[in-house]
Amino acid sequence: MEVSTMEAPIKAKKDLPVKKVCIICSKGNLQDVYAALVLANGALMEGIEANMFFTFFGLVAIQKEKQDHLHTSTVGNPAFMDKLPTMVAGLPGFEAFASHMMRKEMEKLDIPPVSEFLEMIVAGGGKLYGCKLASDMFKLDREDFIDDIEDIITVGDFYALAEGERTHIIFV
Amino acid sequence: MPNRVLAGQSVEVNDEGYFTDPTQWSENIASELATEAGINLGPKHLDVIKFLRDRYMTGQALTIRRVGKSGLVSIKEFYDLFPGGPLKVSSKIAGIPKPASCV
Repeated sequence: MEVSTMEAPIKAKKDLPVKKVCIICSKGNLQDVYAALVLANGALMEGIEANMFFTFFGLVAIQKEKQDHLHTSTVGNPAFMDKLPTMVAGLPGFEAFASHMMRKEMEKLDIPPVSEFLEMIVAGGGKLYGCKLASDMFKLDREDFIDDIEDIITVGDFYALAEGERTHIIFV
Repeated sequence: MPNRVLAGQSVEVNDEGYFTDPTQWSENIASELATEAGINLGPKHLDVIKFLRDRYMTGQALTIRRVGKSGLVSIKEFYDLFPGGPLKVSSKIAGIPKPASCV
């Protein structure tokens, strides 16, 4: 009896693959932006439709001048070099150095810079959107963003993108 | 491991249909696998497939980015040539294991 109840959801999962993902990138740290990019690109690689919505500090990922210079936070990040005293992690230049090392390690794994990663996503049919409210707040215009952006949209527009069955919204 | 007959030859595949022995592959087999995937195999497809096989045979990682930098096709063309997950679909047709790649 127990066995049959266990099997049912597994089978259901197989029969209903994810069709579309709508990924919200709300943070501007190197690691959070990459998490959102890997999820979007990974979806496309599986034949899943992908939309990305950049909001608040996540907007740096689609700003021409900033996207390839993101930092990973070394202070307030307990998982980053756990033996390292916070005072040292906060020294001038430390964060830039750590971020540089991180980007170098990623390149070895064939993880591209943010700009190229977004190009790959667009080439795979992924769609990129900026958040209107956050753009207004940071006083950013369309020309501050990369050309590949589909549009600057409201939260309501974002939900409209998520319409349809088997869609997942992922918040990063 | 299940066996299946492709282009008149018996080949060993895993449960998902990927080859377990890439040396059993041939272009005739590729053509049959492509038809199954709804693809009419052309010279561009074969260029990519041969590139993937070369890289796999020499123990190099397979990623969409590498295919895009191969000079053979752009990433957009790669998606257009093998709809529904380019790296997976092309690897299956190329007779190599499913790439364990997140990029």
